[in-house]
Amino acid sequence: MLESYIGSRLNEKKILLMTHIVIGYPSLEASREIVRTMAAAGVDLMELQIPFSEPIADGPVIVKANQQALANGVTVDQCLDFGREVARQLPIPFLYMTYYNILFKYGVERFVDHMKAADMQGAIVPDLPPEEAAGYLAAMKTHALSPIFIYSPTTSDARMKTIAQVADGFVYCVARKGVTGDQTEFSQQIGDYLTRCRTATHLPLALGFGVKDKSDIEFLRGKADIAVIGTQALRLVEDQGIAALGNFIRDLQK
Amino acid sequence: MIKRGYYGNFGGAFLPEILVATFDELEGVFNDAKNDPIFWHDYEQLMSNYSCRPTPLTYAENLTRLFGGARIFIKREDLNHTGAHKANNVMGQGLLVRRMGKTRVIAETGAGQHGVATATMAARFGFDCTIYMGEVDVERQRPNVFWMEQLGATVVPVTDGTRILKDAINEAFRDWVTHMDTTHYVLGTACGPHPFPEMVSWFQSIIGKEARRQFLDREGRLPSRVFACVGGGSNAMGVFSGFFDDDVELVGVEAAGRGLDSGEHASRLCSSDASIGVAQGYKTYFLQDNDGQMRETHSIAAGLDYVGVSPILSDLKEKGRVRFEGATDSEVIDALSLTMKKEGVIPALESAHAFARAFKEAPKMSADDIILINQSGRGDKDIFTIADAFDDPKWKQFIIEKAKQYHA
Repeated sequence: MLESYIGSRLNEKKILLMTHIVIGYPSLEASREIVRTMAAAGVDLMELQIPFSEPIADGPVIVKANQQALANGVTVDQCLDFGREVARQLPIPFLYMTYYNILFKYGVERFVDHMKAADMQGAIVPDLPPEEAAGYLAAMKTHALSPIFIYSPTTSDARMKTIAQVADGFVYCVARKGVTGDQTEFSQQIGDYLTRCRTATHLPLALGFGVKDKSDIEFLRGKADIAVIGTQALRLVEDQGIAALGNFIRDLQK
Repeated sequence: MIKRGYYGNFGGAFLPEILVATFDELEGVFNDAKNDPIFWHDYEQLMSNYSCRPTPLTYAENLTRLFGGARIFIKREDLNHTGAHKANNVMGQGLLVRRMGKTRVIAETGAGQHGVATATMAARFGFDCTIYMGEVDVERQRPNVFWMEQLGATVVPVTDGTRILKDAINEAFRDWVTHMDTTHYVLGTACGPHPFPEMVSWFQSIIGKEARRQFLDREGRLPSRVFACVGGGSNAMGVFSGFFDDDVELVGVEAAGRGLDSGEHASRLCSSDASIGVAQGYKTYFLQDNDGQMRETHSIAAGLDYVGVSPILSDLKEKGRVRFEGATDSEVIDALSLTMKKEGVIPALESAHAFARAFKEAPKMSADDIILINQSGRGDKDIFTIADAFDDPKWKQFIIEKAKQYHA
């Protein structure tokens, strides 16, 4: 379902835009406003990160957002209510992004059932490699939800093919080594890497980690199907407030 | 797709994709080393030339007489270079780093013992070295920070999260996902993603191998009970592994902090406060809330102040092979004080947990029984922490006077 949505959107736009928020940062109310603003500005799909105390794959900006959300007292139940609310109200697909312990403690099947009932489309769980994902994959399959897996520049061709067999919706290609929010140089190297990803899977490709402005997205046009804006939107909200977000997102897509 | 590194229901490798290739390489080098008898020989040579191995087995005659039960022996890991069993693991991993051709090592540290050990290893092997240390620990372990820096390491205070050991581990992983081409992460305990629990336990097994041989040579028999403190679990895995196949009772002693009922402790296996979870790349018992968020832990001993525990020990607990007990901060201070006055040895606060529990059980055992306590580290290098723990007025006065000299 997610894959066909992406396919039909790509008939209208050359490259789609996926954005990311940490639920409860800076507050639940602000998260609500950010999501609405992003959707109104034409974002094609969104990641809602459920905060975790040990966000090992994230860089300083998102780590801080996770901590602040937890310090504000945000619970997993509140995050799931939030996901259901926005997924039902807004016409774009929503995905959860979180670490595996959140699913594990909630109960993987129960979590996935809840996702289905809440009209969520899929999930990105960066510390759950396919080797450890049997239960999660089965539950996602039952409900026709998309488990989004990750490619990295260090992933071998053979492993990319193996991952493609269990992935659904799209594949999230990490642009470089390192954590979220660091500088990425958009060069021939990334082009070659995306060609390698394209050979390994028929699924659409999203590229994230360090995508920050219009020229980055311009570079990705024709190479990736979805550009992911994560840390940069968070920085913008921190520096200029939610009001600046709408124009920023609209401008990226011009 | 093969699940790797499981011990019963625990362990695994919950890795971000970017690190999978790095772990494949590490596992390959480790397996080669394990199957190469020359490697272990070289390792033992290195440890005997650089780190006082084999460490002695000390008969604690005075404590034995005092308690009037089992005979008490102490395995002296405190006599390793840098004053703790941590040296066993870091020198072993140093040999692997050389095999992989990497030029930089990073490590997390809580009390600072593992950081200092890693910094000495890096100096000896000629590696660049960065140590991540929670800001809280940097404050309470300044002497170790001083030594790491003198040894040429860069110490990075970690200001995220609870600013202690687990946060230092997260930050080390973040460095690693950026610099894995040149850098090896020297994880300090038998936790983390596969192959770390197995690999660290393998290097630490030198403790148990020696202790077993020493008992057979000297007493012609094995101990009845072995006590070891458990933070991440590496010294416990090390000493226990010498006796897994024997009729020897193994007791892991965790930090009960201000009491198991207080909520302020770091007991994962002997309290009902912990539950199974997945974090920092592995599945084990964690001190976490119902949402799966890690909780704050407390121990008088920074080296035991950790939310998780070796997956191998979680499995051994479920199988009933190792018994887990707690020792409170105040029991630990008493045991440390008694050990110093009766035997003239100075256990680290971490190790003193094992002593505290052994002292409770020794009187109830018979004179035919033998107890082995693993003294994983020495306390005299942690003089600031121990002086605070003893609340020693003369020491405080000294520090006040010393501070005045700096102001002058």
